[in-house]
Amino acid sequence: MSAIYAMYDDGDGAQRAVNGLRKAGVADSAITVISDQPMEAYEFGEMDRGTWIWYTASGGGLFGLLFSTWLTRMTELAWPLPTGNMPIVSWWPNLIVMFEMTMLGAILATVATLLVTGGLVRRKPALYDPEVTNGKILVGVDNPPRVDDVERALVAAGSPQIKRL
Amino acid sequence: MSDASARKMTEDLLRPLQQTTWRFYLLVAFLGSIVAMGLGTWAYQMYMGFGMTGINNPVYWAFYITNFVFWIGISHAGTLISAILRLVNAGWRRPVTRCAEVITAFALMIGALFPIIHLGRPWLFFWLMPYPSNRMIWPNFRSPLVWDFFAITTYLTGSVLFLFLPMIPDFALIRDRSTGLRRTIYGGLALGWRGTTKQWHRLESAMQIMAVAIIPVAVSVHTIVSFDFSMAPVPMWHSTMFGPYFVAGAIFSGIAGLIIAMAALRKFLHLEEYLHPIHFENLGKLLLMMSLLWAYFVFAERLTTWYGNDTPEMNVFYVTQRGSFAPLYWTMVVCNFVLPFSILALKKLRTIAGCVIASFGVVVGMWLERFLIVVPSLSHKFLPYSWGHYRPRPVEIMIMTSTFAAMCLLYALFSKFVPIISIWELKAGEHPSPALNPIAAHEHPLGETHA
Repeated sequence: MSAIYAMYDDGDGAQRAVNGLRKAGVADSAITVISDQPMEAYEFGEMDRGTWIWYTASGGGLFGLLFSTWLTRMTELAWPLPTGNMPIVSWWPNLIVMFEMTMLGAILATVATLLVTGGLVRRKPALYDPEVTNGKILVGVDNPPRVDDVERALVAAGSPQIKRL
Repeated sequence: MSDASARKMTEDLLRPLQQTTWRFYLLVAFLGSIVAMGLGTWAYQMYMGFGMTGINNPVYWAFYITNFVFWIGISHAGTLISAILRLVNAGWRRPVTRCAEVITAFALMIGALFPIIHLGRPWLFFWLMPYPSNRMIWPNFRSPLVWDFFAITTYLTGSVLFLFLPMIPDFALIRDRSTGLRRTIYGGLALGWRGTTKQWHRLESAMQIMAVAIIPVAVSVHTIVSFDFSMAPVPMWHSTMFGPYFVAGAIFSGIAGLIIAMAALRKFLHLEEYLHPIHFENLGKLLLMMSLLWAYFVFAERLTTWYGNDTPEMNVFYVTQRGSFAPLYWTMVVCNFVLPFSILALKKLRTIAGCVIASFGVVVGMWLERFLIVVPSLSHKFLPYSWGHYRPRPVEIMIMTSTFAAMCLLYALFSKFVPIISIWELKAGEHPSPALNPIAAHEHPLGETHA
């Protein structure tokens, strides 16, 4: 993996760098911005907002609901013991288990989606600089097609030093 | 936010992780010895049998179940409050949320331990898990005790993840400032976090979903704990209002626990610049509201019972109000209503000290409330010849005391290894360019007006 990046002191510099890279013909999907906090106050902070996480969470909840519906019904029918004058398949108490499993499914699906789509727990080396945790903002491009244009855009945005990976 | 103030914030909040004083070791040794004594007492109880406790016919549920309900109630502070404050985007939540979420995780672990301690043969606790025996008989899903298993498992899983997810960026921060083994451990916990815009968005979305999901789960957990009682035809248990009554009580005691924890953190970790009086004032207002709600529920429950005038219920009613349990009952009323109301209703007294005093009262009062729900009803069931008495024995008192020490110990250790205030959330609350903020993203500036 090769990458070119620069560090900026504040969001304004990072925003200029992102704008410059766009003008140089770099697509948003190729630009990486890394910060130590969410930068919602800036336009670049809106990149990569689209997500399926709400759908996967709903899917996880649905799976939990269907699984618990099957589990409660199957176990009650496996040994049909009358309890407390309740019917063998008792939906009122089963609803409690079904609710809990629905929510558990949604929660686990949410976390799994975060891990996968957020690129966490990955082994591949990725563009990063520990300076980010000192408040700097990293703007860079993975595998840049036109190195000179990228460097020019990053320098023009006010970064004193271009770094390579 | 300027570089200097961001650096100061980071250093302040990481200081407890980097510097350890002799006081910390002393505290850990003191609390650890109480926990060790509690574990020893539990082992002694297992060896000698359940006869070492005061539990006897007809009072088969007593101290342990009281503590189970109490700790599950305390656990409602964190995740529920944190989730609500996140969803309404309350700006003053930022220094509070992690302090609160930690309480949930530890209180739930301790609470879930009590039914296991209460088992005569605790090593068979896994029979509660939903798996079949070798004759393919499954646990009875129609039993409230099995509902407890599902509810507590879901809530514990959700709460631990709800606590863990926003810690990932802070783990990355510590990773980048550490070396050696420390770097390896925090690097593992950071899960390769970098802080890309995509990761921030995913984390934000995940936290929103978790907040939406965890609120009904929290409500359901204490409702299901109340079902352990209300599903039984025991005087003053078989009530339709037990669900909301328990939930309100849980939130009430949870807020009190949170205030005490925050005051201790502020004092001992020197977090005065981050945990402001306004945070205590706002939580004090919540505590006052919950105190009024609790009083309303007690009145509604008592009036309905008294008006019904059913003999078995009135026996329990009178034994708590003017019989042998009356001193505990009226202490509970003073601690849960008179004390917090008289302190927190007055703005002048709604100080940090005032909130802490009221909170200690509420914690004591809510423990008594749990005890008064469990024991008087069981000791005064329908037929007078079956009535009995209960007195806690030293084994039960020691185990209970050790769980309070365990809570303090776990909290102290957590604040030693993890920033107890979310650093990135605190920074994000102070963006430098408010003019660029979309209006929809503005937070309620409640904290600022009082700062």
